[in-house]
Order: sequence, then C-alpha cells, then structure tokens
Amino acid sequence: MSVSTTTAATAPARPRTPAGGAARRWRLARHSLALAGRALTKTRRNPGELMDAVILPVVFLVLFVYLFGGAVAGSTQEYLQYLFPGILVLTTVLTGQIATGLSIVQDMKKGVFDRLRSLPVPRPALLLGSVLADAVRYVIALVVLFAVGYALGFRVETDLASTLAACGLAIVLGFSLSWLTVLVAVLLRNEIMVSTVGFLLPFPLVFGTGMAAPVDTMPGWLQTWAEVNPVSRAIEASQGLLLGGPVAGPAVATLLWSGVFLAVFGTAAVLAYRRVV
Amino acid sequence: MSTAFEAEGLVKRFGATTALDGVDLHAERGSVLGVLGPNGAGKTTAIRVLATLLRADAGRAVVDGLDVGADPAAVRRRIGLTGQYATVDEELTGTENLVLFGRLLDLPAAEARTRAARLLDRFGLADAGGRRASTYSGGMRRRLDLAASLVGSPSVLFLDEPTTGLDPGRREELWRTIRSLADDGTTVLLTTQYLEEADALADEITVIDDGRVIAHDTPAGLKQQVGGQRVVVRPRDPADVATAADVVARATGGPAVAPRGGVITAAVDGERAFADVVRALEQADVAVTELALRLPSLDEVFFALTDGDRTTPTEES
Repeated sequence: MSVSTTTAATAPARPRTPAGGAARRWRLARHSLALAGRALTKTRRNPGELMDAVILPVVFLVLFVYLFGGAVAGSTQEYLQYLFPGILVLTTVLTGQIATGLSIVQDMKKGVFDRLRSLPVPRPALLLGSVLADAVRYVIALVVLFAVGYALGFRVETDLASTLAACGLAIVLGFSLSWLTVLVAVLLRNEIMVSTVGFLLPFPLVFGTGMAAPVDTMPGWLQTWAEVNPVSRAIEASQGLLLGGPVAGPAVATLLWSGVFLAVFGTAAVLAYRRVV
Repeated sequence: MSTAFEAEGLVKRFGATTALDGVDLHAERGSVLGVLGPNGAGKTTAIRVLATLLRADAGRAVVDGLDVGADPAAVRRRIGLTGQYATVDEELTGTENLVLFGRLLDLPAAEARTRAARLLDRFGLADAGGRRASTYSGGMRRRLDLAASLVGSPSVLFLDEPTTGLDPGRREELWRTIRSLADDGTTVLLTTQYLEEADALADEITVIDDGRVIAHDTPAGLKQQVGGQRVVVRPRDPADVATAADVVARATGGPAVAPRGGVITAAVDGERAFADVVRALEQADVAVTELALRLPSLDEVFFALTDGDRTTPTEES
C-alpha cells in the first residue's frame, strides 16, 4: 500500500505558492490584514469591551479632577493638567489588557482558532492581525481621551511631535503589558479570569505611581513601590512630553521595561501556547 | 484505487494519558471512512493529528501524498476540517465567514466572494448570508461550518462528530450532503458515536477504543461480527413476557432471548425472520405495544468486540 504513488498525478493544482521573500512578506501582510479586519469587525459589532477601555479612564479623569482636584492641587484646572498625562498611560494599559487576551480565549474556546490553524495561514499572521487591530483600538481610545480632555480644558504645553511621542510611548507600554493578559488567557482559557486580571492589573501598576498625587505625600511603603514601579517612569515621560520637563531618562526607562515585559510575557505566552495546543 | 490518507502507528500522549496508542487509519480516494468510538476513545485526537493541529509523538501520517509532520503547510491546502462544535465566527455574517476563509486560502477577493455565494446557495443559506452566524439555528450553523470547510475545495475532509446535537431531520439532511460530497470525489473521514451514522455513510469503519483500533471492516462485515439486527418486542401485558420470550425464541430459532424490563430482544438475520416473529406472536395471541427491527447499539458492538470472540487481530493487551 504505497502512499507515494498518489502525489503528482491526481492531486489538484496547487494554489499560488509563495515563491521568494517578497512574495512571502506580501502574503503575510495580506493574511494579517484579513485577520485584523475580522477582529475590527467584531469590535464594531460588539463594542462593549472597547467601550470599557475608553470610558473607564474618562470616568477616572472626571471623578478625580472634580472631586479631588481642589484638595490636591488647589484648583481643578491645575489638577487636570497634572492628571491628564497619567490618564493617558492608564488608557493604553487598559486598552491593551482588554482586547487581545479576551479574543484569544474566545477563539480557542469556540474552535475558531483550530479552524484558522487548519488553513495555510502563516503563523505570525495570527498574531500580527491581532496586533494591527489593537493598534486601531489604541488610536480610537486616545482620540476620545484627548477630545474629552480638551473639552474639560486640558491643554498640551509642548508641541504636536511631543504629543505624538507621548501617545506612542504609552501605546508601547500598553502593548507590552498586554502580553501578560495573553499569557493568562493561554494558560487559563477562562474569560472571567482574563477580565479580572485585565481589570485589576492597572490598579497597582498605574495608580501606584505619581499619576494622581505627588509621591512624597504617600506612606513610605507606597513611595518605595512608586519608585520602582516601571509605570512611574512612563507617567513621568508622559508628563514631560505633554507639559515640558525631563523626558530622556524616563522615556528610555519606559522603552527598556517595555522590552523586558514583551520578552518575558511574550515568550512565556508563545511557549505556553505551543504546549497547550 | 489510490490512497487519500493513511496513518501508521500514531501515538499521542498528554502527560500521563495516552490518547492514541498506535492507531492505523487508511482511506481510498473518494471513500468515506467512519471512525467509531465512545467519548475519549481518541477519535478527535486522531483527526487533530491528520489535520496538522497536533504533532504525533510517534508514527506517521500522510494526507494526499504529503507527510503531515514534514509539510503541514502544504497539507493545509488539501484539507477541510469541521470540528465537534461549530467553528465559525459567530459575530461575523455567514458571507463574511466564508469570504475570510477564502482570503486566507489565497483566493483573489472576487473569487472568494463568488465561492462564498455558491456555497451558501448550495447549503440553503443564501437568504441568511447577510445575517450574523449567532442568529443561526443549530442546523444552519452546522451547514455553515461544513460550507466553511469546503471553501478551499479540499480533497480530504475531516468531520469530527458533525451531527452531534442535531435533531433527526437535520441529521438526515447533513448525511445527504456528506454523501453527495463523497460522490463528487472528496475523501471523508467522519468520526461518530453512532453506529447508525457510520452505517449510513461509511464505506469502511474503524472502531477505536482507548486509543487503539479494535476493529476495521465494512459496515456489513462489522454487523456480522456483532450479530446483525435485533428484533425488539414489548408485550402489552407484562405478565406475557415469559410467553412472548418463548415465542420469539422459537420463531428466530436463535440463541436465548433475554427479557429485561418487559422488553425482549433477539438476534435475527434477514427480513423473513422478522415476519416470522410477527406471525408467531399473532398466533400465540400476544398483544404488543412495541415491535421493531433495529441495529445493534454501539454498546452491543463494543461488548461484542471487546468481550466477545475477538475475530479481528489487535495488539496484545
């Protein structure tokens, strides 16, 4: 019972096979875009998850500014200027937490992932598609945040390039931290756990910083945490880029930490994923 | 005749559990292979190995002349997979699902749309194509799922318990579709827990239990092994059970009839024997509320294959 006799003669003509490197890259781009389109269609149909990531920071912004602004900074306007750069970081961290991990769990549970993996899709496209869709979600969340911020009276004190740099830096941090959720998603395959991690994680990381109040007003243990907390650096960089002040040090630290998160959580997620499937 | 797919000595372990313990599968081009077995027998694992979703720990699998382990990307162009649970994206419409899979199979956009429309039409979903799959009924979802696995015109189709959870009418409908696919030359591997389903569709049946192949035969051959059809008789008056059992035993001339729970079951061969039973009951004046001819149940198949006389050679255990 020979198997090799069946190949050429009866097999259907192969669909276009990728030849060179350029063709392969083009194919990867096409598949990634198709999958990103799928993810965004899902977000459009079911906007609740994205809305959480968009609305929650706005709620914190309004709440903090009008409840505590007077007490912390003497005037709500001054406090808004102080708080906004931190809320920017909170927004990207929340957006990253909510998007990718949840969709991976859902696809795994419903078997869509198996279907996709049974198709001749380059493996990186599955990931790249999701990242591309995330990028669009980050932009939407930040546009809403800036619109609300400006309506309340926040003003950037630097220039457009610095503003874009602040957004870019915040997105890099949010993206790198989102891999922790992906790791949790792959390991647990449980939407509720993933939502919980995604919702709770920002609190120690983003609130345990100088985002809402000067660090030197905090108890000693919290000062220590805020000092070592990588998100403090991101918020300092964000403040520097939007309001003026030192940028280089905190920005480099943020990028380095993001690289570490990406390497550790990303690698662990990919390894865990290979093990479970 | 040529081989469409073949697996030899597949072994797959998950930690301490051995899901596949040396499984051989084989199907000729254009045939339907039924893989029959209870839950946890290893049916799904076998399909996942053949469909490149899992790597076997040992053994080798060849699909359409291509080695699954060595060239999974090429294998993926030749196969279609429909899982145990409907694996379409519920938040996309029927059309969007099929077009997406077409694009991921490297069809040009226009061709992907044409093919999606044709498949929706073929599966009676043309009117529902613009609706989200989450609004579909169970039967519609199964049909969309099957359509999705056909977008790439696969030469080998893997169907993992495709009719689980469908009502009988829908099941018949899906059976007709699967049969027409095989008639068009697609090779089908179908896993099922229902002997009836394997009987209706498969050219050959491989029975798996506990990660091992315990029988491989044509449906007719398998039924002979396990004793063919059964006649089932339920007397109206439970007091008649003993009398009826006697009558049935004499009419079938077969082995002992086993009355249990007011129901008498006996092995028969051929349609004549059934008519004999009906006549004998009438003559003996036993009123019945249930009188049926049916295939042995899967339980009976397994009983016969594992505990009865083993007529198929299997590995030592």
